[in-house]
Amino acid sequence: MSGLAVQVGALARRSIVRTLRQPAMVVPSLLFPLMLLSINSSGLDSATRLPGFPTDSYFQFALAIAFVQGALFSANSAGTNVANDIESGFMNRLALTPLRRVALMMGQLAGILALGLIQALTFLLVGWAFGAGFEAGLPGALLIVLLSLLISLAFGCIGAFVALRSGSGEAVQGVFPLFFAALFLSSMSLPRDLIESDWFRTVADWNPVSYMLEGIRSLMIVGWDAEALALGFGCAGVLALLALVAASSALRTRMVRT
Amino acid sequence: MSRGGFISVARGVGWRNIHNWFTNPAMVIPGLLFPLFFFTAFAGGLSRVDSVPGFDYDAGYTTFVYGFVLLQAAAFGGVFTSFSVARDFESGFSRRLMLAAGNRLGIVGGYWLAALARSAFNIAAITVVALLAGLTIDGNVVDLAGLYVLVLLVNAFAMLAGAGVAMRLRTMQAGPAIQVPFFLLLFLAPVWVPYDLLTGWVEAAAAFNPITLVLEANRGFLAGDPVKVLPAFLIVVALIGVSMLWARGGLRSAERAA
Repeated sequence: MSGLAVQVGALARRSIVRTLRQPAMVVPSLLFPLMLLSINSSGLDSATRLPGFPTDSYFQFALAIAFVQGALFSANSAGTNVANDIESGFMNRLALTPLRRVALMMGQLAGILALGLIQALTFLLVGWAFGAGFEAGLPGALLIVLLSLLISLAFGCIGAFVALRSGSGEAVQGVFPLFFAALFLSSMSLPRDLIESDWFRTVADWNPVSYMLEGIRSLMIVGWDAEALALGFGCAGVLALLALVAASSALRTRMVRT
Repeated sequence: MSRGGFISVARGVGWRNIHNWFTNPAMVIPGLLFPLFFFTAFAGGLSRVDSVPGFDYDAGYTTFVYGFVLLQAAAFGGVFTSFSVARDFESGFSRRLMLAAGNRLGIVGGYWLAALARSAFNIAAITVVALLAGLTIDGNVVDLAGLYVLVLLVNAFAMLAGAGVAMRLRTMQAGPAIQVPFFLLLFLAPVWVPYDLLTGWVEAAAAFNPITLVLEANRGFLAGDPVKVLPAFLIVVALIGVSMLWARGGLRSAERAA
């Protein structure tokens, strides 16, 4: 095994174990999206009577929100873990070792991906259990998991970036509402073409979260929609890449400062 | 205990909390941001929902949502003030306060004054934004007086109920125990559509939820067609009565621990 693989493995194991050992991090990230899904799908079921609504089950429509909302919790948990490492001095001690930065970054993100996987599988199972159809079948469900992981990675990197720049868990918590703003100002509650308010539709059109939701939603409601998938994966991928570059740069600065 | 003791303690505690709150953006912003955020997301993103067959509210969807957001701002003004109670106990400030206060019920009275000030500020800010966003109010001055008195009574209920929890647990970790019940009470009501359009378990929950009555009364006041006014006021007064006893029990518990 190469040195890099050993370093990544050790840090990834630590990150995964640490994430899974904190019920306060795992439970809300599963519970709150499911709670919102349950309330939304009952409270807004009558919206399916709007002409042009793509399905007759609001539960099926709203299920995609749980995946993205779960990913937003990943951002919080990634940021908080990194901030804890900085605040506790763990990062300082790592800086004295010959550890490579890329290993540190990949290791930290492993915990997020583990959490993202648990979330995605849970939401899929809940969807199946409560009768949500998956038009794209099993391969589509696997693709939903993949897209969900990519979204978790993107938001996780943003959380890590904020933590590395600020070195403070409070700063990460302070950014959390902004992530929720991104979710609420998207096509979360209605398809974009059914949003009546012009300004809101424009915001939703420019908001990448709309396309992430629509990518997941398309596999559940439509089947194989190449455009929706390309936009979903494209937005999540570009955001993940940009956030990863920003987080790596912040890590470099943080290590130099150390 | 003298009445003068109650008033002077309440005034001192109230002033301290109002001052702390207004001079600390980290405390002002969440209480203001969340209702604004919900108002924007619902009034903008869901406005088409008023076209659903059976949606019977002539004042328009913005007004429909404003009725809920007003209630949310009032309730969360109380909830966030309860967080201050918990923080004061955690920091040890409340132990010193209880030694110095001539009338300890005045401490609760002071927190209630602070909650009232916070809610009044939040409600004013939200009303300005809603008016700019096209809020139409068909109710007359008496209707509006009824509306704002009702929501401020809900604020008192939320603050007293939350303070009861905070004074028993005496730690900031009581936050979820204070916040989650109110979140559920608010969202298990006809938030997005009238009661008749609810389906599933939320419909059943809303039927037993006292906040449903308050919300319907709110919307009636706004539409100039008051409905369920007496039951709404009676239920809120009853809730305040129960939460007063709960808060007094919390104070006794804190006194025993001090």
